[in-house]
Amino acid sequence: MAAEAGAIDPMGQFRVNPILGADWSIAGHNIAFTNSAAFMVIVLVAMWVFMLGGMKRQLVPGRWQAAAEIMPDFVASMIESNIGPKGKRFTPYVFSLFMFILLANVIGLFPLAIIPGVHAFTVTSHITVTGILAIMSFSIVLIVGFLKHGFHFFSLFIPHGTPVVLIPLIFLIELVSFMVRPFSLGLRLFVAMTAGHILLDVFASFVIQGINSGTVIGPIVSLLSFVMIIGVSALEILVALIQAYVFALLTSLYLNDAINLH
Amino acid sequence: MDIGSAKMIGAGLAAIGVGLAALGVGNVFGSFLSSALRNPSAADSQQGRLFIGFAAAELLGLIAFVVAILILFVVKG
Repeated sequence: MAAEAGAIDPMGQFRVNPILGADWSIAGHNIAFTNSAAFMVIVLVAMWVFMLGGMKRQLVPGRWQAAAEIMPDFVASMIESNIGPKGKRFTPYVFSLFMFILLANVIGLFPLAIIPGVHAFTVTSHITVTGILAIMSFSIVLIVGFLKHGFHFFSLFIPHGTPVVLIPLIFLIELVSFMVRPFSLGLRLFVAMTAGHILLDVFASFVIQGINSGTVIGPIVSLLSFVMIIGVSALEILVALIQAYVFALLTSLYLNDAINLH
Repeated sequence: MDIGSAKMIGAGLAAIGVGLAALGVGNVFGSFLSSALRNPSAADSQQGRLFIGFAAAELLGLIAFVVAILILFVVKG
């Protein structure tokens, strides 16, 4: 969309730009270090600093250790209540997933744009990233299901007590709703993050254009839009936490389907 | 009607679906709250299902948003 005067460009914030030069390639594939990769590194460093700072193993935990212990306890209790004792081996995967998505969502909301030329990039606002996370979860579900149960895994699609006449139809319906799972998992996180950031960008454009408009009502619109930005940012922090929790929770539920079959 | 105007009208119509998702999500949380006030001790045990229901209702609304974005930014013209 061409940016005429007064037009708003909410999608430019999602552009993946190479920093440090665009010409790095191995065997014809471009491997330039992008802002997306830079923010993934920031998420990784933040996760490491937070968890390693809390691993002092004091018997009476200090504040950092207590805070860092909340995270694995939370994930372990979620897996325990959704899968049962057989799910303990998946705790590292679900914990990594949960912490990565949580920190990626929240770091994307940092007000880094105060520094001119810098803006916070939400790693999970691209379907490439969330799609890969969803494909990883779904692949683990499929691999665990088929390794554990073999072809008996397909009995997942036929609930107990269905009339024999309906079994072909029910099997097809259940199969389709099962195959939609990776798409819905990745799409949910991607669109939640993208929609939130588009909303914030639109209100921010209102603020700038209100001040630049030169009318009397312009600054009033700017002030109201700024109040809305504060409210929507609070909501976005909540959505970031909820979407990370929902992704991990649904992964646990799908693993429960694969492990315990019914 | 040229494709530009059709895109605008299509995106506006698709955004109505997002408003319907607001009804759905409000329904999920409203039911949870009204039953949690009747039986507060059982409320915390159902918190997981609350978020599963929220995710399902939210997803369908976000799909409507994706349709609007597809119409605006992906259709050529």
